[in-house]
Amino acid sequence: MTHYLLAVHGPAEAGEFGSYGSKEEMEAAFAATDVFNQKLHDEGYWVFAGGLQPATTATVVDGHGDSPVVTDGPYLETKEAIGGFWVIEAPDLDVALKLAAEGSKACGGKVEVRPFDGLA
Amino acid sequence: MQGGTAAVERVFREEYGRLIASLVRRFGDIDIAEEAAGEALVAALERWPESGVPPNPGGWLTTTAGNRAIDRIRREKQRDAKHQAALMVYDDTPPEPSGPVEDDRLRLIFTCCHPALAPEARIALTLRLLGGLTVPEIAQAFLVPETTMGQRITRAKKKIAAAKVPYRVPEAADLPARLDAVLAVLFLVFNEGYLASGEGSPIRAELTGEAIRLTRILRQLLPDEPEVGGLLGLMLLTDARRGARVRDGQLVTLAEQDRAGWDRAMIAEGHAVVRESLAINRPGRYQILAAINAVHTDAPAARDTDWSQVVALYDQLTRLDSSPIVALNRAVAVAELDGPEVGLALVDRLPLAGYHAWHATRADLLRRLGRSAEAREAYDAAINATQNTAERAYLSRRRGELV
Repeated sequence: MTHYLLAVHGPAEAGEFGSYGSKEEMEAAFAATDVFNQKLHDEGYWVFAGGLQPATTATVVDGHGDSPVVTDGPYLETKEAIGGFWVIEAPDLDVALKLAAEGSKACGGKVEVRPFDGLA
Repeated sequence: MQGGTAAVERVFREEYGRLIASLVRRFGDIDIAEEAAGEALVAALERWPESGVPPNPGGWLTTTAGNRAIDRIRREKQRDAKHQAALMVYDDTPPEPSGPVEDDRLRLIFTCCHPALAPEARIALTLRLLGGLTVPEIAQAFLVPETTMGQRITRAKKKIAAAKVPYRVPEAADLPARLDAVLAVLFLVFNEGYLASGEGSPIRAELTGEAIRLTRILRQLLPDEPEVGGLLGLMLLTDARRGARVRDGQLVTLAEQDRAGWDRAMIAEGHAVVRESLAINRPGRYQILAAINAVHTDAPAARDTDWSQVVALYDQLTRLDSSPIVALNRAVAVAELDGPEVGLALVDRLPLAGYHAWHATRADLLRRLGRSAEAREAYDAAINATQNTAERAYLSRRRGELV
């Protein structure tokens, strides 16, 4: 079994309804995501998942020097950022890609699938 | 001794795809498979020139490589958790009988052609692992620098291992969608065999044969997919002319070939396959190319060729595939129908200055127009752009005949 990160990409600046156009869209996506999450639990793929606050709430800390340097904002200033993620355990990439397609359809964002080099 | 080494290398290349595919199935790791195959080659080079090639060289290589891989995994398992994982998937069952679905090489081709890999990497990886082509040969086939191709293959292999791209024939529901990349790869393998890019043998029948064999298996798996039949028909109708294609070390063009040297049984089979595929009524690129070759193989002599039908088929193909290489081939047919001047105007527009066939086509059209000085330059450029010995010999003769 391999662990995969399924990272959801969306706009870095969230609007009133997050990355969604309307309240209805947002609620529908949340409901579909709940169903998908339940499936991950039921079928044994679930490890961990979460939605993130917008990238504008991020802070970068550089601890290289004598005293840490703290900067407001995300590490990379981009229009797209990770809005949430799943960590799943799957037998191979085909299974991970199928789950990613379902997750993407549920939450309405593009999903990047990336294998872990190991989990601590 | 030199001849002995060449014999070993020839056997090794013929057996390479089968060897790698069975090792990947047993050990679940492409790098282990390639290293073990390389070690088996070294062992064969030590022994065979003296003791002779064994009666079943493929079996010998598989056994030797398998033992080397097991040794390696045992040596490394204590210090490396990843090799420990590889040992866990070790499977000591004997090679499966090569039925259509179980064929190890077919599995490997679907791994190499996985949609998660970049398209250019899929083809390169398949040529490397199944065709046994070297990285320089593949780089030449794709008109890219060797280092670029080397990195492309290494990166793809790393992704297969790290992301666990599976090693199996896709489920029936996923199969058609995965097919296009596989067909593109098989066609390229065929083309590399039909006009080899390296300096060695100008035609590599082991590659054309391999591409045809794998395409036949695919057709058994997917009888309702007309493009598989289209590709098979195209390969058969092309390969049927192989015997007439090189004479005295020189490439012979379609117009000059001795058609008595064509393989009539293969042509008959090719025509039947093309008809069956077209009857499904879902035309595609390979079916159209096969139909073009059916027009050529239908003509008793070159002058009997129905060029208007060839041009009409290329028009149909251009609507599906607007690549400059299709446009180049269409221009050749147009030159036959409307004259070399019309053809040359089409050819000169194409961005194919790195492609030997573009220069060779220009050279031929310029020769026919009596523009000898320009033709000579184009022949020089064509000769410099190909390593194929038979093609170089043909082009040199043509250049020598210019007045």
